[in-house]
Amino acid sequence: MRNSASPLGEPRGICLINLENVAFNYGGGDLLSEVSLRLAPGSFHFLTGPSGAGKSTFLKLCYGDLLATSGHVTLFDRNVRDLSRDEMALTRRRIGVVHQDCQFLDHLPLLSNVGLPLTVAGKAVQDSDIKDLLTWVGLEKLTNALPPSLSGGERQRAALARAVIMGPDVILADEPTGNLDWDMSLRLLALLVELNRMGKTILIATHDLNLIRQAKSQVATRVLRIAKRRLQLAGADL
Amino acid sequence: MIKLPAILSDHGDGVVPPSGPTAWLTTATAAAMAFLAVFALALALASGRLAERWSAALDRSATVRISAPVDQLALQTAAVLEVLSTTPGISAARALDLAEQQKLLEPWFGPDLPLADLPLPQLVEITEGSEGYDRDGLRQRLQAEAPGAVLDDHSRWREPLAAAATRLRILGYLSVFLIGATMAAMITLAARAALAANSQVIRVLRLVGAKDDYIARAFVRRFTLRAAGGACIGTVFGMAAIFVLPAQEDAGSFLTGLGFQGAGWLLPLLLPVLAALVGFLATRTASLSNLRRIT
Ligand SMILES: Nc1ncnc2c1ncn2[C@@H]1O[C@H](COP(=O)(O)OP(=O)(O)OP(=O)(O)O)[C@@H](O)[C@H]1O
Ligand SMILES: [Mg+2]
Repeated sequence: MRNSASPLGEPRGICLINLENVAFNYGGGDLLSEVSLRLAPGSFHFLTGPSGAGKSTFLKLCYGDLLATSGHVTLFDRNVRDLSRDEMALTRRRIGVVHQDCQFLDHLPLLSNVGLPLTVAGKAVQDSDIKDLLTWVGLEKLTNALPPSLSGGERQRAALARAVIMGPDVILADEPTGNLDWDMSLRLLALLVELNRMGKTILIATHDLNLIRQAKSQVATRVLRIAKRRLQLAGADL
Repeated sequence: MIKLPAILSDHGDGVVPPSGPTAWLTTATAAAMAFLAVFALALALASGRLAERWSAALDRSATVRISAPVDQLALQTAAVLEVLSTTPGISAARALDLAEQQKLLEPWFGPDLPLADLPLPQLVEITEGSEGYDRDGLRQRLQAEAPGAVLDDHSRWREPLAAAATRLRILGYLSVFLIGATMAAMITLAARAALAANSQVIRVLRLVGAKDDYIARAFVRRFTLRAAGGACIGTVFGMAAIFVLPAQEDAGSFLTGLGFQGAGWLLPLLLPVLAALVGFLATRTASLSNLRRIT
């Protein structure tokens, strides 16, 4: 395989998410190019870069919401292009995503929204389990609130609860602490670190360098940076 | 406030927001279509009965009418019966007596007609055997033996009527089919509009791992119920309207015969089932093809 960019991440072994020399554009010039990444089980990555660099776009490539313009994206050893729509649905159940814009069903209360991945997968939903999870993210008082009535930070915490409810192998979080105060950010980070210790693979896109430093003191992390359309390993200054 | 169990118990319907104020339009249209379909069905069945009766009569019976001066009438009648009895393909021939002729004329002239005083033609009823007979040959022989005898095999006036009734029956069934097709088109449009209105919801569902089938089910369920419910209402009203039409009389004219008979009343009950099927297939097709476009 001719690879102009050396793959970042773990050099060998099975990998959950694998990008190989990927390029992407929204129709204009390339937003990302020569992007390669192997996301091995149990790893903890941060993704940084200036606003508009393509962090959200990169994450969307990682859960099959967008298809690479060129190169290969492999999820759980299956090329995304070869997945049928049903297989894509099944793959999404193994990847928990905290979307930057959260994406809830506005007509359903928080409890139903957080349980939604279970519901659509046809699994039994235990109200008490969801309430436990909501307590974990500090939203136990809002189980019956409708999403439009929540604050930005509350929505982000709910989104994290929804992302982990299926017990996914991988958690991709897009600016999960963007609207949170420092205490709540630390609490969320603690949750993610705990999940990582349980063996989950974590990838967090964030601007928050303090958060990254805080994480580095708790867990072995790698920091990726998108700059000039390329994905690079960030320097040791972090 | 919507409770959580709702989204589980109703098979995914709850994950799609409740429909807007125009939802009843689908039900109302389905009701109107079913109402029309009941009439189309009644028309098809009634004209079917008529076509059958007329063509059966066409095949089975004929009449020989003998008009002659009173003194020759008995003679010619005997001659006609003789001819008929030797004609292959005719199983029976019988001269109608006075009382029978009186009965035939009664609807037109009343019961007190002094039949004996009128120069009425004698009627001879022919029953055809299964193999049929040679009409033209019979006509020629009758002409020779009894100049006043005319073979009336009813085909002259019944044939076009039977043909018209048959065509009317086809038109009736065609109408039922067209009504079904219109309903399918209407439901497809409504389902597409609902999918478009809910594209954001569908996106969220896809992102959390819902299969197309699951998302489609919520819409399919809704529109199937609406189509079936509307069709039930329309069918009940249609059947009631047919029921209160004047009942069929002996004369059996077409208009009073428009209706259902016996087990025929069960047939319109199939309409809600058909409507549900049409609703199901139309919504499912529309959903699955549109979901592909949305995400
Ligand atoms: N659907 C789209 N169609 C066209 N252009 C898009 C689309 N989505 C994003 N872009 C563009 O692609 C670029 C990268 O967007 P993206 O959301 O990935 O950036 P980001 O790194 O996540 O930024 P931020 O830190 O502000 O969230 C932006 O310039 C944006 O305008
Ligand atoms: Mg972003």
